[in-house]
Amino acid sequence: MEKRVVFRSAWLPYALVAPQIAITLVFFFWPAAQALWYSFQLQDAFGLKTQFVGLQNFVTLFKDENYLASFRVTAVFSVLVAVIGLAAALVLALMADRVVRGAMGYKTLLIWPYAVAPAVAGVLYAFLFAPSIGIVTYALRRWFGIEWNWLLDGEQAMLLVVMAAVWNHVSYNFVFFLAGLQAIPRSLIEAAAIDGAGPARRFWTVVFPLLSPTTFFLLVINVVYAFFGTFGLIDATTQGGPGQDTQILVYKVYHDGVKAADLGGSSAQSVILMLIVIALTVAQFRFIERRVQY
Amino acid sequence: MRLKRIAAIMAAGMLCAPLAQAQIEIQWWHSMGGQLGEALNELANKFNAEQKDYRIVTSYKGSYPESMTAAIAAFRAGQAPHLLQVFEVGTATMMAAKGAVKPVYQLMKEQGEPFDPKAYLPTVTGYYSDAQGNMLSLPFNSSTALFYIDRNKFKQAGLKPEPPRTWKELIAAAEKMKAAGQNCVYTTGWPSWVHVENFSAWHNLPIGTKQNGMAGLDTQFTINSPAHVKHVEMLADMAKRGLFTYAGRTNQADSRFASGECAMATISAGALGNIIKTGKTDWQISVLPYHDDVKGAPQNSVIGGASLWVMSGRKPEEYKGVAKFMSFLSRPEVQMDWHVKTGYVPITLAAFELTKKSGFYDKNPGRDMAVRQLTNKAPTENSKGLRFGNFVQGRTVIEEELEAAFAGRKTAKAALDDAVKRGNEILRQFEAANK
Repeated sequence: MEKRVVFRSAWLPYALVAPQIAITLVFFFWPAAQALWYSFQLQDAFGLKTQFVGLQNFVTLFKDENYLASFRVTAVFSVLVAVIGLAAALVLALMADRVVRGAMGYKTLLIWPYAVAPAVAGVLYAFLFAPSIGIVTYALRRWFGIEWNWLLDGEQAMLLVVMAAVWNHVSYNFVFFLAGLQAIPRSLIEAAAIDGAGPARRFWTVVFPLLSPTTFFLLVINVVYAFFGTFGLIDATTQGGPGQDTQILVYKVYHDGVKAADLGGSSAQSVILMLIVIALTVAQFRFIERRVQY
Repeated sequence: MRLKRIAAIMAAGMLCAPLAQAQIEIQWWHSMGGQLGEALNELANKFNAEQKDYRIVTSYKGSYPESMTAAIAAFRAGQAPHLLQVFEVGTATMMAAKGAVKPVYQLMKEQGEPFDPKAYLPTVTGYYSDAQGNMLSLPFNSSTALFYIDRNKFKQAGLKPEPPRTWKELIAAAEKMKAAGQNCVYTTGWPSWVHVENFSAWHNLPIGTKQNGMAGLDTQFTINSPAHVKHVEMLADMAKRGLFTYAGRTNQADSRFASGECAMATISAGALGNIIKTGKTDWQISVLPYHDDVKGAPQNSVIGGASLWVMSGRKPEEYKGVAKFMSFLSRPEVQMDWHVKTGYVPITLAAFELTKKSGFYDKNPGRDMAVRQLTNKAPTENSKGLRFGNFVQGRTVIEEELEAAFAGRKTAKAALDDAVKRGNEILRQFEAANK
């Protein structure tokens, strides 16, 4: 049976989508086109002198081995944020789903961190883990004998920003997983239980496959978050350091464009970043979505 | 279209409001937060109170890079403020933006305001003047890197509470304190500013060719000289032995010294207010340590902080007010007030003399150390300042490479070679964009 609603009016549907289209045009396509245009230019900070330089900004970038190293950092960061973020949220959602008493309270508490802006999350973590005054730093040294100094230790710095990013985004993932879990018909799980499947088996053969659309959606969202949404957090904690160990691509775009007023170079980086995310999203839809069961 | 109309109505509304008072408003965008912001507003209020024709309107626009970015965006939209506070690393960018800024010497001449560059400290004038010696911006808040020690920590380690004068003495003291159980012995703020820029000037070594970039955009970094390498090697070695605790790229070291965690620190003169307020240390200020095997050291240090730039495209009568305000800011008593309240350096010699006469330095020993260090000797080509295009990026590069050396991931030589190579690429880019 056809469920679609058909508009009689010729213009009404267009009028209804117009605001959405206008917003997308103004806030996405227009800046994206400008970034593309600027990426072919060499300009002083005030825009007084502009030269068209073709692909020179891109050539400069790809000749810079530090820029190339930033790709590796971004890959490590995104994979860690997406995998840990999804796994942690799934475990939390499974547990919250089983709770009988005070379920509302747990859920509210778990959703809370999402209300914290990434930059604030960054400041919070920077304080907790500060090399000299952080509470966690003190605990690590006192009870575990771990010297915690992410100002010079690149791996610890990466760990710090990954933790902060995951913590900040885990609630978002949690909400979707919880909704996904609650949409799974009880009868399927009960049937599997009657057939003698234990909890682990029930999860892997019934629950997880049925959650795959949610997981896939979240994977795309989390990768985009790790790529674009985290520069505030990095600016508030490591600022890309030590060295360039936590300098992800978007942070370099922000640093070069906003802080150093290098519009051409920064725009070229945005264009590259845009292409990467488009490619990744297409790849995810083509290769991973095949294994998703709707 | 509608948006434009609304904007037009709003703009008309805003235009009508000040007509009633016929006072000319002068916009001043700055980056002084907290206690510094209050001191800045007091300056503006004082000027507003003593005359009727002009009104200085101050707006805090966030950190230095943020307010500079805001002003650049405003300029592009034709809405630039009259006055903009720009940090020292943005100097080359502002200087190259001919057409966007109005040089201060030119403004003062046009408006017939008395203005003598010789009245200012030479290291301060040098930093903000072009190759012909014309002052392009008005120095406002200037600081320099100083050496702080906590006398308590020295006594606890059985040392005489005297600031070490050379790096050799510093290391000897550091070893004793470390052996006595002091965890953080020495730390530093602003690694590039202290250990590359000020280190070079203090030892009369060039940071770059072409008079540290002052004589032309075709400058190149020279911070991988044997003396530079030796200094960074020494710091890396100190870090390895636990004698040097790295605190971060900006002012994080201030609080680590102020809280009593670290025994010695090379940080900004502007950190003193905080150290006094925290009150946990028996602090003493001294000049920066030096290497006694480098000929001519110690020379003089370079400044940090910010200066005021006048943006172009405003009406002549408004510039009249800007010029009057600049004369006001350069008055000895105004300068002294600012110096005493904030810890920044008095930028004119007259203000320094006035503060001396007032007995402030006798009551507050060490507060004249910054001026004494800046004027230790007549500045040379290597020590009068520096001017590198896109130095916001350049400094980041230097800091990244220093971190690699401190963490032991690169040798000092390799790190500084890479800093020079990467830094020069940024300079070439800037040169090409400002041909």
